[in-house]
Amino acid sequence: MSLALQTFSSVKDANAALQAAGTRYLGGGTLVVRAANEGDVSTSSLVRVTDPGLSQIAVSGGNVRLGASVTMAAIARHPELAALAPAARAVGGPAIRNMATVGGNLFAPAPYGDFAVALLALDATVIAEDGELPIETFLAGRDTSRAIVTAVGFSLPGPKSFRFLKVSRVKPKGVSVLSIAALLERTADGAVTAARIALGCMADRPIRAKAAEKALLGRKLTPREIAPALAAAGQGIAPITDPIASAWYRTEVLPVHLGRLLSN
Amino acid sequence: MAKVPVQFTLNGSETAEFIESGTTLLNALRDKIGDTSPKGGCHQGTCGACSVIIDGELKLSCLTLAETCNGADIKTTAGLAEGGVLHPLQRAFLDAFATQCGFCTPGMIVAAKVLLDRTPNPSREDVVEALSGNICRCTGYEPIIQAVLTAARANSQNAA
Repeated sequence: MSLALQTFSSVKDANAALQAAGTRYLGGGTLVVRAANEGDVSTSSLVRVTDPGLSQIAVSGGNVRLGASVTMAAIARHPELAALAPAARAVGGPAIRNMATVGGNLFAPAPYGDFAVALLALDATVIAEDGELPIETFLAGRDTSRAIVTAVGFSLPGPKSFRFLKVSRVKPKGVSVLSIAALLERTADGAVTAARIALGCMADRPIRAKAAEKALLGRKLTPREIAPALAAAGQGIAPITDPIASAWYRTEVLPVHLGRLLSN
Repeated sequence: MAKVPVQFTLNGSETAEFIESGTTLLNALRDKIGDTSPKGGCHQGTCGACSVIIDGELKLSCLTLAETCNGADIKTTAGLAEGGVLHPLQRAFLDAFATQCGFCTPGMIVAAKVLLDRTPNPSREDVVEALSGNICRCTGYEPIIQAVLTAARANSQNAA
């Protein structure tokens, strides 16, 4: 089984080539080459784009735009993206982080895709050549999406408003039992006025914990006041079962880890 | 299938080869070019045995297509010794019994080299983090961590 690689300098030409059956987009290679190595013969042709614009990070006026080919390592070391560094560092080991891209992470099936969990909590916009989609809509339709993602955009979270936690059994690098990202707006006395909580490994792709978000409104982050949110965290989840953990285990430990993330 | 040319610098030498499109860098290095220092372990990006340095960054050759390396500067463990004298990391691995079966060693050494190139005096945590993508099933890791710390000390003494 061999793969034919087609290289294009523009996203437009690559998008046209990507419409052929059996063709996938090659980003960092950590998903598609891995699949080919594992014996997945459904892909016969790979398409990649060398446009350097896809690797650019732009931060201005509190808005961030990450090109789809930006690597996890580039995010982790960027001085203005310190809030996102924990999520970028959660992906793989050092070599994987030098390869794995923002665009690829949006398509990574659970238990992978920890960075996409962070982007979901940040309410990122997923940008393709023909338009933009809210990340929630994008994730729901990603299986049939055929347009090359060129960038993601989001507002840089304020200090201390963004929290991220990845739980794995092996330290410092291990596959996710689960991951949680939370964007919290709070009043001066600590009461939550807005909350977006995203969960990894609680479905086949990142999902929001909407019941928990609602239960946090008006609450302070004390053990007593967050208890209803923790109790609601499991609503609507369908965790994956894999060699890392069973769906039952993931369901049991989700409130524990959410509680730790919120109490910190 | 038509073959495609690839051309890059491997351990300081200009290297060119015709390969089948879609060939991984690991297979190109081992089967076509003859550098067998990167090992094919899991082919899934999990074990780190195939690690190489591409343009100064640690990458996995099993998940990198050789065609994407045109014009790149690639370094492997096979290129570290100079004139028959082992690189300080190689020396330290031998002295510290950090290599047993040896399968993970070339990947460990390039991962450690990238660390020491950027962080000449790493902490123990830095070393653990730098090697976190490389699996060893023999040593229990401690001798490897000690070897990297020893090589770092030897480097800084030589530089002083």
